[in-house]
Amino acid sequence: MRATPFRSPLLALALLAALPAAAGAQAPGEIVVYSARSHYNQEPAFEAFTRKTGIAIRTLGGNAPELFERLKAEGDRTPADVLITVDAGNLWNAARAGLLARVDSPELAQSIPAHLRDPEHRWVGLTTRARTIMYHTKKVSPAELSTYEALGDPKWKGRLCLRTSSHVYNQSLIATMIKRHGESRVEDVLRAWIANKPVLINSDTKILEAIAAGQCDVGLANTYYLGRLVAKDPAFPVLPFWANQQTTGTHVNISGGGVTAHARHRAGAIKLLEFLTSPEAQQMFADANFEFPANPQAGLNPVVARWGKFRQDDINVAATGEFQAAATRVADRAGYK
Amino acid sequence: MRRPGAVWTAAALAVASVLAVPSAVVLASLARPAREVWVHLWRTQLLEVLGNTLALVAGVGVGTLLVGGGLAWLVVTYRFPGARVFEWALILPLAVPAYVIGFAFLGLFDFTGPVQTALRAALGAGARLPALHSWGGVVLVMTLVFYPYVYLLARTAFREQGAATLETARSLGRSRLAAFREVTLPMARPSLVAGVSLAMMEALADIGTVATFGYRTLTESVYRVWYGMFDRAAAAQLASLLLLFALGMLALERGLRGRARFVQSQRRGAGIAPVRLRGGRAGAASAACAAVLGLAFALPVAQLLAWAGGALGGWRAPRFAALLGHTLLLAGLAATLAALLALVLAYAGRLHPSPGVRLAARSASMGYALPGAVIAVGVLVPLAWLDHGLAGALGWLAGHPVPLLLTGSAAGLVFAYVARFLSVSFQTVEASLGKIPPSLDDAARSLGAGAGGTLGRVHLPLMRGGLLTALLLVFVETMKELPATLLLRPLGLDTLAIEVWERTSEAMWADAAAPALAIVAAGLAPVVVAIRLSGRRAS
Repeated sequence: MRATPFRSPLLALALLAALPAAAGAQAPGEIVVYSARSHYNQEPAFEAFTRKTGIAIRTLGGNAPELFERLKAEGDRTPADVLITVDAGNLWNAARAGLLARVDSPELAQSIPAHLRDPEHRWVGLTTRARTIMYHTKKVSPAELSTYEALGDPKWKGRLCLRTSSHVYNQSLIATMIKRHGESRVEDVLRAWIANKPVLINSDTKILEAIAAGQCDVGLANTYYLGRLVAKDPAFPVLPFWANQQTTGTHVNISGGGVTAHARHRAGAIKLLEFLTSPEAQQMFADANFEFPANPQAGLNPVVARWGKFRQDDINVAATGEFQAAATRVADRAGYK
Repeated sequence: MRRPGAVWTAAALAVASVLAVPSAVVLASLARPAREVWVHLWRTQLLEVLGNTLALVAGVGVGTLLVGGGLAWLVVTYRFPGARVFEWALILPLAVPAYVIGFAFLGLFDFTGPVQTALRAALGAGARLPALHSWGGVVLVMTLVFYPYVYLLARTAFREQGAATLETARSLGRSRLAAFREVTLPMARPSLVAGVSLAMMEALADIGTVATFGYRTLTESVYRVWYGMFDRAAAAQLASLLLLFALGMLALERGLRGRARFVQSQRRGAGIAPVRLRGGRAGAASAACAAVLGLAFALPVAQLLAWAGGALGGWRAPRFAALLGHTLLLAGLAATLAALLALVLAYAGRLHPSPGVRLAARSASMGYALPGAVIAVGVLVPLAWLDHGLAGALGWLAGHPVPLLLTGSAAGLVFAYVARFLSVSFQTVEASLGKIPPSLDDAARSLGAGAGGTLGRVHLPLMRGGLLTALLLVFVETMKELPATLLLRPLGLDTLAIEVWERTSEAMWADAAAPALAIVAAGLAPVVVAIRLSGRRAS
């Protein structure tokens, strides 16, 4: 008989069965983390946890909305013990869908300020990200800057760079503004930004580079992106201006995590979160990515410390989830693409 | 005697109904329309987004037809300096993921890139290039990324044509160009249409490039609603509109293929004998090939090499080997399976060309027009449903809880790849099968061969080029595939594309350059093999 095409599917099935084995079987007691943080494979704090406790960690990386779908589809048979995302909104959404379990840990409550964790104790911040105004040091004097809202002043016409409103970082900023001021006032703010004909760029790093290259003079970006650029080139001509210090405080978001509702290793998962929020691990987060530690007891990376202290907006970051859909709609109505 | 092809028809319907499930899941979301979201979209963006999408798809269709079809014609029918190298090298851009070309272009040509920086230094601060963040920029990049589909299929079609037809036309007094227009082109039309519609579907489903270039399409809105409003159901409804687009394209394709059927009365015998170009024409032909190859391949690869620079030192060989192994294995499985299933569908349609079989094949290959993450959720939901039932039953039998077997398994992932890329293999295989004269089937059958025997001994040898093209395209597609891999892969099973994503999701391109280069390199191997196997130029 000639080789028919029909023998190969059997071979294919055999290979498929062998694949998970090639990827390594799950060790007993191993904690499984679904993580939307970039470089999820190289978290120094995870490695430190394993060294300290002997508990191994296995991560599955992905985009938060897709990890959400997987967690939901796997239901009570999920292998995941912990969900980590880079935005409070996604944690809020997972908690709302019943995917995260309440954890009453005095240690977590003590380590992390109240506005950076779930009021109902289902998730907690691991790192803080400040999104603020960035300016070209030679073209703009800090005295010209004040608030996010004031970027709608006509003096910034043609001088503003913004990230597209499709990105969650801007949606979160807009969401907290809506929580505080209501949709119609925020819509006016966005209209004023758009009236200044901002250059829309889909990357924080590119926004900072555009400011440095002179395409615009001011923009909005998360500070750790600037940290990375400054670490490479100390003469990089962009500085952060701490927005809204006289009013609401500078907008912060978190990367954070929670224990899944059907975690098979709940005790280990809680232990992991407690370790990740301890000053020791917080220092590692701060150093690895120029983020601000969520635990105020941990020190800052020297690059970050140079930018000075600032007052955070202390509205609970859950607002980013609560008002994210509204933020997207308001941006759409204001013509902010 | 059984009706010929009954078994094949049944097999095709079975295959198609399983593979159509993910698209059906997406369409099922329409049952409960998210009225509010639709009203909001209608008021704020829907018309603009639909217009953008139409303009993009049309632009990419025309662009890939001109570039892919034109270059294929050039290298098959003319001799000019470098033609032999260009003939295979022009396939190379296929191995470069779209997002890599897009990002390399922005890196080089936008305001902060070296080209504009140099321009400003030379001509003053006001000097600018035309904006890349525009319809033109996106169409340019996507044409460069997707023209190889058209090129590959057209090249095979032109080469499979015997020289006799062309020469007959010439002997009847037609000029070379007229003979091309009246004979070669109509005969190659199914392949050209197949290639162009693949490119258009890719453009429809693309999110990486349009997001990078800030060009809003329907797919961009799908993600905006899903990620930005936490409303996956409404996103799926919006994605259903993409299926309508795809249906429209299929209708167009049917219309373009026309009622005429062209078969080849002979196999390759003597291929079209290339004509030697001289002087300025030869130079122009070489320059055209070099320009496309330079922009679509050399430039992005050079940019990647520059980014990689010293960063290659951070690469650990065992991890790299594991990533490469997973990538190749998954791509190999998906390509093989997709080609086999495409063959079943196409052959069943040939044996018994009923509307049912045709519809089945079409609906099974609709997934290609959907954004990868949407079709991946369409795989995940029914798979998990089946899996929970299975785990429940097994757990009851075993007396202890049983984990999920299919969700997050390699089998589920390969199913997703096949559901996503079946269109690629089906279009290619069908176009190739359609060129074989039915008289050959009759001859084989009258000599006593069954349907399977005829396929194995008559059709498959004649379809070698088409089958190889199908395998190659799905292999390379799977290697570059990201969204389904992200969502459905087993714990710990990372691929090269995942590694690139992990490093680029935060715009750390220097870190991502090494794995991206590895994808390109790994994609080159099957390209070269396919070219070798499909035979050299008959001269």
